[in-house]
Formats: sequence, C-alpha cells, structure tokens
Amino acid sequence: MSAELKQILTTDGIPLEISLKRAERKNKIKAFLLVAPLLFFLMITYIFPIGDMLMRSVDDKMVTNMLPNTFKSMENWDGTEMPSEEIFEAFYIDFQKLVEEKREGKLSTQLNYTKNGFKSIIKKLRRKSKTFEEGNYKEQIMAVHRRWADIDYWRAIKRHAPSYTTSKYLKGIDMYKNEEGKIVSVEEDRRIHRVLWLRTLEIAFFVTLLCFLMAYPIAYLLATIPMKYSNLLMICVLLPFWTSLLVRTASWMILLQQQGVVNDFFVMIGLVADDNRPEMMYNKTGTYVAMTQILLPFMVLPLYSVMKTISPSLMRAGKSLGGTPFVTFWKVYFPLTIPGIGAGCLLVFILAIGYYITPALVGGASGTLISNQIAFHMKSTLDWSFASAMGLMLLTGVLAIYWVYNKLVGIDNIKLG
Amino acid sequence: MSNNPDFVKFDKVDKSYDGKVLVVKDLNLDIAEGEFITMLGPSGSGKTTCLMMLAGFETPTNGEIFLDKNPISNIPPHKRGIGMVFQNYALFPHMTVFENLAFPLKVRKINKDDIDKKVDKALSMVSLTGFENRMPGQLSGGQQQRVAVARALVFDPQVVLMDEPLGALDKNLRESMQYEIKHIHESIGVTVVYVTHDQSEALTMSNRIAVFNDGKVQQLSSPDKLYEEPVNSFVAEFIGENNTFAGEVTNFQKDQCKVKLSNGSEIIANPISVNSNGDKTTVSLRPERAIINTKNNMDNNFKGKIEEIIYHGDHTRVRIDLLGNKEFILKVPNSSSNLDIKMGNQINVSWNSHDARALDPK
Repeated sequence: MSAELKQILTTDGIPLEISLKRAERKNKIKAFLLVAPLLFFLMITYIFPIGDMLMRSVDDKMVTNMLPNTFKSMENWDGTEMPSEEIFEAFYIDFQKLVEEKREGKLSTQLNYTKNGFKSIIKKLRRKSKTFEEGNYKEQIMAVHRRWADIDYWRAIKRHAPSYTTSKYLKGIDMYKNEEGKIVSVEEDRRIHRVLWLRTLEIAFFVTLLCFLMAYPIAYLLATIPMKYSNLLMICVLLPFWTSLLVRTASWMILLQQQGVVNDFFVMIGLVADDNRPEMMYNKTGTYVAMTQILLPFMVLPLYSVMKTISPSLMRAGKSLGGTPFVTFWKVYFPLTIPGIGAGCLLVFILAIGYYITPALVGGASGTLISNQIAFHMKSTLDWSFASAMGLMLLTGVLAIYWVYNKLVGIDNIKLG
Repeated sequence: MSNNPDFVKFDKVDKSYDGKVLVVKDLNLDIAEGEFITMLGPSGSGKTTCLMMLAGFETPTNGEIFLDKNPISNIPPHKRGIGMVFQNYALFPHMTVFENLAFPLKVRKINKDDIDKKVDKALSMVSLTGFENRMPGQLSGGQQQRVAVARALVFDPQVVLMDEPLGALDKNLRESMQYEIKHIHESIGVTVVYVTHDQSEALTMSNRIAVFNDGKVQQLSSPDKLYEEPVNSFVAEFIGENNTFAGEVTNFQKDQCKVKLSNGSEIIANPISVNSNGDKTTVSLRPERAIINTKNNMDNNFKGKIEEIIYHGDHTRVRIDLLGNKEFILKVPNSSSNLDIKMGNQINVSWNSHDARALDPK
C-alpha cells in the first residue's frame, strides 16, 4: 500500500470531506439557531453576572483610582519609617478632591475592610482639613488623630496600591499580608472563617453519610418490591421533594423547637424532664436533621435508578452458587450499585456544601455554614468582593471534589437515572 | 450411572402464588441420578415454577421435594448445592470470567491452587481456555452461555438446573450448543433438569421429557415414545405436527376401533384413551405416516383433493381436503416418483390403523 492516503472523491469529483461538511452545515446552523435564545439568555443572566462577581473578588481599582497621587508618591516608600511630607501632601490633594466629590465615605469603607479604625479618623480628617493651612501637611494630618501618626495605617493604605489583590482570598482563610508583605494567619481568637470552612465540610460529610445509610435500604426496597407498592413508596419519597424548601424547613422548626412536637413527645413518654428539654434546633443537631431529610431524595433517586437495572437473577445466581445472602449481597449486589452511590454522594455532598436556607433558619450560631457567611457579606457588610471571593473558593472546592471523584471512581461510572 | 431412580423426587407438590389459582397441581415426579430430564410446555404451564421450587427460590404450597431422599423445602438455596444456568446467563458483570467461575469455589473456602485447577478444567470443558481475564460484556452470547454452564458445573453440584438457557441465541448457535450441553452431560454424568418451550430442543437433548400443561405433567417418557405414542391430544398437538379427525367410536375392540367422522365416513384407528362405543374422540395421525399412491396394503385408504403445495427443498408439504378436514397435511419426499402432485388433483392417501391414535376429544 502506498504511504500517501488517496483523497476520496464523490461521484461529482468534489473531495468527500468537503462535500460532507457542506451537507451538514445546514443542520449545524439549524441546531445553533435552536439553542441561540437560551444561550443568549444564559449569557446575560448567568455567565456575565458571575464573571463580573468573580472579577470583583480580585478587583481593587476603586481605591487605586481614588488616591492616584498618593500611590504615585508612595512608589519608593519601603514602609520602614513614617512617610515623607511629599506623600502626606499627595494624600491631602487626593483627599480634598474626594471631599469635593463627596466620595470620601467610600474610601473610608474600603480602607476599613482592610484595617479597622479608618472610618472615624477619615471623618475627623474631613472636618479638620477645612481649616488646614498650606504647607507642612505631615504635621497637620498627624495632629488630627494619633492613628494618622501610626505607620501601620499608612502601610494599610499602601497595600491598596495594586489594581488587583488577593487579600480577599487570604481573608477567606483567616490570613493576610503583613507589613513586611508576608502571608500570616490572623490572631487565634479572630479566626472565624477557618472554623466555618471546616464545619461546612464536616456537616456536608456527615449529611452525605446519613443520607447514604438511610437511602440505601429505601432504594433497595423501591427497586425490589412489586410495582403497585413501589409506586406508592416512590410518591412518599418524592412528595417532600415537591414541597417548597421553606415549608419543609419551617415544619422542622415546628417539630424540633423546645416547645415543639418532638420535645413534647419525649416529655410525654418520660424520656426527658419537662424543665430539661434538649435543644434540637439553632445548633448543629437541627442542621443535621433538617438537611438530611431535605437532601434524602437526591440520594434515593440515583441509587434507585441503578438498582432497578440490576437483574434479580444475579442475586439468585449468587445464592444458587452457594453464597449466603450476605456474601451474595456484598460481592455481587453492592459492587454493582457503586455508580449510584457515587452519583448520590457527589450530588448530596455538593448540594450540602453550599446549603443556605436550612442552616440559616434552623442552624443558629453553631449550625451555620460558609454560605451563610457569604450571604452575610452580600447583605449586611456589603463587602461584595469578599463574598464573591468566598463564593469562588467554594466553587473551587466543589470542582476539586469532582476532580478527585473522577480520578478515583471515574465520572463515566456515574448514573443519575 | 443411574443407580438411584428417585434421586430428585417431587411428592404431591402444589404451588399457588395468590391462594386462588394453582400454578402446579399435584406434581409427582421422580428423576433418576445422572438423568437428563426436560420440562417442556407452553409458557404459564408451571414448568419454571417447578424449577424454582427445586432451586429453592420458591417454596411449595403443599407437598415436599426430596433430594437424595432428604426433604429440602426448609433448606435455603445456597445450602442445596444445586447449580443453575439462567435464561439471561446471570453472569456477574463486574467480575472477570475467572472470578465468575471462582465465586462458588471461594464461598466454599476452597484453597487457591484447587480453585485454579477447577476453573481451568471447567473452562477447557466448554472450550474457553484463555478467556479467564475477559469481562462478560466482552463475550458473545454463545460464549457467555458457555461461561454460565461452566460456572454452574465448576463446584461439582449433584444437580444442574437450566432455565431456557438457549432462548437468547440464534438458531445455528442454539443447535450447536444443544449438542455441546448434551456431550458435557454425557461426559460428567451430572443430573440435569432442563426447562424449555422448544420441542426440538427437548427431543434432541433429553433422556426423558415431562410435558407440562395447565400445572400438570401430561406425559413423562422418552423423546421417541413421546413423539410416536402421545397419550393425549395435548401432547400430540404440542409435540411435532399432527393431523386430527374428530368423531365418535362405533366399533370398539381391544386393539382396533372404528371412528365415525362428522361427514359420515368411517376410519379404523388404534384405541388409546377410548373405552367403549359412543365415546367422543380425536384421532391423531402424524403427517409422515400417511402415504400417497402406495402399493402396500394398508387398512385406511381414502381419496383427497390437493388444496395447496408448499415447497421445502428436501420435501414438499401438501395440504389436502380429506374426509372433511381441509387442513390435512402430507409430507411428500422430493423424489421423481412424486412429480404428479398438482393443485386440484385427486390422490390416494393411505395409513395403517396402528398409527391413527384415538385420543381424548379436544
């Protein structure tokens, strides 16, 4: 055979590949036009906003743009001693411009995220700066408040010089760049985020485990009992699925509160004393109970769909070959359900790790998750860049879990039904 | 070989799933050691239920099953030591061929060297040596079937059950597998209980066949007897082809009777399940036992009109209107003496009264 591949021609003498492409082009255009509206919709409502939020997490242009002269004169300042008069003057010029435009409030908010205490001294500087005399700004500013004479605050300003920053990410894991530019952890009593991350992982892990332990027998039952019963049972599994998340969470609040149904029942059967009712809500217990119940269908359905495909004759074969029911289950049935277990666990874990409403309502202080912290920064502190930084970290975590799962089990082995 | 005539014994076994309908009625069946017995019947006749009761996946509603004289109703399937080949093979899809075969040995805690030896032997028996590391999904239907057979035999069970094992294979493969299974049975002498609805499969393979219908064994006998001497009209209809005449017994004798047909003519038949004059009967005659234009002396001779001719290569099937039966089929060998078969011709059809069996009315 010759090494050269002979080009195949159609009957009309056009190369086959080109002819094929022409024939398929129309279909491709049609297919694209069909998905175009959805694509357009997603671009505007989903991809673009998310991209924008992600940009915010590293964007630090706001301060950079507010203090252009200051940062220019700070370029050669190494931060070992107090800034020179030149820097103070540049800062005064920038600040005066901000006051004229009434934007000094935004500056104080941004600087305050980085270092507490900026808010009050900027307010004070605005008041006092009206009476400033020309020249010798260093002394005049330093006299406004003793913090203006503190080198740490000037270092904090300098940290805003670059247009992009990783400080929000570092803050998300309770770290920061110190005055020497090294990345260090914050003081131990202020490390709130690491605790939250660990708690989120812990709760997601145990919720997944609980869901698995409860869903496996249900799914097995569903897949093996006769149709007329399995349909009824399936509706029982799906009914909560069709109920609003808020309604379900609220009903757990009714059940679990200290004067609630469950506690009343415990008191009635004498399990606990009336004056010593256990707290089952506004702590981790509440989060575990409610989240497990709410996420249970996400475990049952993939397991069920996999078990449904396992022929009952396999179990029979195992038994006829001499395997006890347990050995047959463990060696034959269980390995065949692994794709369903993988799908269910991955689904529940990923959903649990980003769960928001339920922990917010029943979790209390010790049962809230990282998503509640993100919501807090979105709604209360309005530090959106920090919120989106944490959101991206959460997303990265989920992708990492997905990657590990793919390496260990293989994503093709997943079956969602 | 067959030293124990009732190695497997069904004793007055009834089975009902819903408490209303009996799927198996008063089943009494003895299976000899080393025998190849086939349960044959249309779907829903109770044959698979019998097999499942023997395997232990169903319990008899009444009666008892004995294996080597021991009652087994209360023994769970995994302790019965009965091998089984399933309709869809039921190979474990996540295990290699080797692991599939090793499974029954591992659960019996046999040491590793013996496992290797036994698996090798079983694989060579079904000529699949070298396939140890394949997954079942990588095998063809016939190969999967062989693995299933090997797996059911590898732990030397006393009895092997086969539930329509060849149902999913194409015709040629099915035929070659029939011989293969038959040869394996002959060489190792295991007792085989085989379930099928395919009569030719049953006739080819079995020592004895139990024909099931409506939850009862209609006839239990060797393949040739079953074909040549059916005891009732269901068996005659179910096994092979069959020409029938419905009529009434007029002249009953011990080894011969006359049957008056609805069109008034009388034929001479062999009384099987009729006892006296006036009995209603269906006379059954195999197509190949009726001969055309013969010079031999036969005691039934009639003229019929050819209605249809179907060419089958080695023989020709001829449909004749004979004695009011328009569906009378003849099998005519493809030889030069039979070239005068033309549509609409009248021909002479003859048969011996011994071959015309007067059975129960349908």
